[in-house]
Amino acid sequence: MKSFGGKVLFLDRADINTDEIIPARFLTEISKEALKPHMLEDLQLEGFDPDDPMNKEAKVIVTRANFGCGSSREHAPWVFEINDINVVIASSFARIFRQNMFNCGMLAIELSESDIDKLFGFRNSHARIDMDFDKNSLTISSEKGSKAFLYRIAEFDKALVSAGGWVEFADAKY
Amino acid sequence: MAMTLAEKIFKSHLKDEPFPGTKVLDIDVVMCHEITTPIAINDLAARGKDRVFNADKIKAVIDHVTPAKDSKTARQGKILRDWARRHKINDFFDIGKNGVCHAIFPEKGFIRPGYTVIMGDSHTCTHGAFGAFAAGVGTTDLEVGILKGVCAFRQPKTIRVNINGVMPEGVYAKDVILRIIKELTVNGATDCVIEFQGSVVKGMSMESRMTLCNMAIEAGGTSGVCMPDEVTVAYLWPFIFTDYKDKKAALEDFRKWWSDEGCQYVKVIGIDVSHLEPQVTCGYKPDEVRDISDMEGTPVDQVYIGSCTNGRIEDLRVAAAYLKGRTIAPTVRGIISPATPKIFREADEEGLIKIFMDAGFCVTNPTCGACLGMSNGVLAPGEVCASTTNRNFNGRMGKGGMVHLMSPAVAAVTALEGKISDPRKFGEKGIK
Repeated sequence: MKSFGGKVLFLDRADINTDEIIPARFLTEISKEALKPHMLEDLQLEGFDPDDPMNKEAKVIVTRANFGCGSSREHAPWVFEINDINVVIASSFARIFRQNMFNCGMLAIELSESDIDKLFGFRNSHARIDMDFDKNSLTISSEKGSKAFLYRIAEFDKALVSAGGWVEFADAKY
Repeated sequence: MAMTLAEKIFKSHLKDEPFPGTKVLDIDVVMCHEITTPIAINDLAARGKDRVFNADKIKAVIDHVTPAKDSKTARQGKILRDWARRHKINDFFDIGKNGVCHAIFPEKGFIRPGYTVIMGDSHTCTHGAFGAFAAGVGTTDLEVGILKGVCAFRQPKTIRVNINGVMPEGVYAKDVILRIIKELTVNGATDCVIEFQGSVVKGMSMESRMTLCNMAIEAGGTSGVCMPDEVTVAYLWPFIFTDYKDKKAALEDFRKWWSDEGCQYVKVIGIDVSHLEPQVTCGYKPDEVRDISDMEGTPVDQVYIGSCTNGRIEDLRVAAAYLKGRTIAPTVRGIISPATPKIFREADEEGLIKIFMDAGFCVTNPTCGACLGMSNGVLAPGEVCASTTNRNFNGRMGKGGMVHLMSPAVAAVTALEGKISDPRKFGEKGIK
């Protein structure tokens, strides 16, 4: 199983699409490593600089509704994975992106919009999020204090993460 | 119990339910292209599992960048080509025979009512036009599909869209689906199948139904679906005539997939097209849709007619009707990409290619290229493209470029004027 949790990158916009996460011009690559420098390169978000060295320290993304909409490209989870970001927390996900995350053994966690607002309350405070995978809970903490949240995860998705991904799960079972 | 079309397909293809609510389905057709498949192929090889579950149920095409534009795209094509040869995948389409996946696979008769279809491409929802459950998936799902012939889904919910009224002149399937996406919003159909019903759908060709279903994903939908009827039978007849006594028998068989009366929908919406104007997108999301009257006069640098949404023969005929005997504005670069070799040939035989070339369009080989800013018509920063494709994301057709989605009719007259224009103001013999 992958390791989950660490410093947070806040992306305060809904409907961030997979073209923004990893533009199509990099889809001619056939290794995950080659995608690494291009994470969120085309993201349209005021104040966001894809070259900010702080992005490289992030282990968790907190964002808004319908994250990962658009193309089916698994390059989107891969560019996070290769940059050590194995958790995305949003109020909702596009179906294919969400499935791709779990299929790779990564976490796509849905929280209510009000809980997401609370997480955004920790923005600009060098926040980190720690995951308790067994208890379906996460804790955000910073100099502002800390706050814990319970999340719901489908049993299947949890099993995929435990197995290390869908290929491992399916190969053992079918 | 009354069931939707999607529920019937799930029930008939259920292989396993490893956890409540998770359905592992047997897959009838696994489709592959050279962008998302090579990494799956390499990963299978690295795991010592370079196998395919059934070579006859796998279809593959090189379509996104073809002919290859550089060493990297050449390498992607080679990986797919070598793999198809190695595993004797007979339905593999390469240079000279290749076309846009969601146009060429239906054209070959690979999709049938009641089928389950996956592909590493979000616009796989197109194939639901045949009464199939067709879903775009990522590379890992594709990899398991190739290896095991299965894929996992959540139990589908269905949104029913009733499309009624009389289609006005100058209004097409593209306008209808753009209007529906505006209403549903970009995530209004997440985890749902969108079922297109009503008299307008019944009167539509398979090509128009594919245009509708193609953009289900732009509302977040897993698959678009239409009920398979006489039109479906007629389209598929050359491929199924040995399976049925006559067309009536085929129709009777197809009807078993129809959603039952009294089945459960999570949402039902209605749209009356009788007063619908041509629709055009304005921003960077496909639900940012306006009436043409609000968008007329917007200057464009490029007009693109093609793609899995609107690159079929019907689309080219519509564009040609407006372009015949006219020339495009000198400020516009016009690009037309017939979606398959068959469509290209038909367009040539019908004289459409000549009309396009006389009008000043560049006619390219069948490819996805420009739609996702990979080749054959990439925009420069600040440029604007009027396009018959399906996504207007920021930079989609080239970093810093702007895309307005529209029907082939709007695109054609926009090319003539050099700015977004209303096809209803153009007759076949000149401006009304």
